[in-house]
Amino acid sequence: MTDTAKPRKEWPLWEIFVRSQNGLNHRHVGSLHATDAEMAINNARDVYTRRKEGVSLWVVESKHITASSPSAKGPLFDPADDKTYRHPTFYDIPDEAGHM
Amino acid sequence: MYAQMVESEGNRGDLTAQERAFQDRIDAGEKIEPKEWMPEGYRKTLIRQMGQHAHSEIVGQLPEGNWITRAPTLERKAILLAKVQDEAGHGLYLYSAAETLGVTRDELFEALHSGKMKYSSIFNYPTLTWADMGAVGWLVDGAAIMNQVPLQRTSYGPYSRAMIRICKEESFHQRQGYAIMMKMAAGTPEQKEMAQDALNRFWYPALMMFGPSDKDSVHSEQSMAWKIKMNTNDELRQKFVNETVPQAELLGLTVPDENLTYDEQTGDYSFSEPDWAEFFEVIKGNGPCNRERLQARRDAWSEGEWFRDGLTAYAEKSAKRRAAAALAAE
Ligand SMILES: [Fe+2]
Ligand SMILES: [Fe+2]
Repeated sequence: MTDTAKPRKEWPLWEIFVRSQNGLNHRHVGSLHATDAEMAINNARDVYTRRKEGVSLWVVESKHITASSPSAKGPLFDPADDKTYRHPTFYDIPDEAGHM
Repeated sequence: MYAQMVESEGNRGDLTAQERAFQDRIDAGEKIEPKEWMPEGYRKTLIRQMGQHAHSEIVGQLPEGNWITRAPTLERKAILLAKVQDEAGHGLYLYSAAETLGVTRDELFEALHSGKMKYSSIFNYPTLTWADMGAVGWLVDGAAIMNQVPLQRTSYGPYSRAMIRICKEESFHQRQGYAIMMKMAAGTPEQKEMAQDALNRFWYPALMMFGPSDKDSVHSEQSMAWKIKMNTNDELRQKFVNETVPQAELLGLTVPDENLTYDEQTGDYSFSEPDWAEFFEVIKGNGPCNRERLQARRDAWSEGEWFRDGLTAYAEKSAKRRAAAALAAE
């Protein structure tokens, strides 16, 4: 049985990123526990690429990731709302100008 | 389904403005991501459900693991091994997803080992013959699929992503099981009899996987409103029966239900309910294999302790060594 007297040290959590094929970005696929980076790579191979889902792996210990806070969603991303001039469709260009 | 009778933390009474806004997001089909505000009941219910689901994947390895060393051919053995390994992966996806809600892996294991958290009733039945590997893949994974496919649209982002990943792998599970049944059903009379016997034993336990009938079901409205539960138990059970009966006919096997009839009008089969008294006994811990399954998990955990500790010690030692080497190089 689990022994409650000794506080168990959990293995650190790692975030796993997989490049599915060359030419594409690594993409976050999930996380897993491992004692070190090498074990995280080995476990990621077994957990996330059993069916040739990837050609390359990145593992990053979760504690090293700094995330923007959900409450910062407005201040960070809303300013883009009224800048439609950043999109090509904002401009009326006559067809005669050709593909642009 | 793998999460049966998950008690929902109801939000009774009037919603606060924050809860209302949260519900509006869910109604609009938005996904909720970790660290975003959520009602405490939503968080707790999800931990319960995803934890139970994860435990089911892990405990679910045991009945099939029973046959890995006794598979009839090397090919069947490789297939079963791959299938069981997938289930370990499913458990890991779900544990990781649950951990985004602030529960730790060790807390989840502890809850499983102490019996505080449950796993699906289906895994408390024994796998007596090789044909059971067919019946499990076909019926048990088949029933799981019924539940998991709609859950891909669940409101909690990490849960939804785990489900999408799992669903991609489940079809192989069901098909390899059905392929075993096809082989056995087309084999010698004895083999066909084994296949029929496996269907006889797994039919009702598979129907129980969806949980009690809606009329006796624990309050699931809140979970449905939160999109943690996508369909009622009876809806999914009906769908499962409708899809499975023709598959049994194709095998030349008989579903063990004298009351099974097809309704041309609705396109639904009507069928006998499983023995719910048996179901509640199994849930309480009195199924044929409850003790054995839980003991196997506890033993795996305690007997693996020296190994986990060894790996931790090794990682710490090599980290120190690397630090010392880096210092020396300066
Ligand atoms: Fe699974
Ligand atoms: Fe499966």
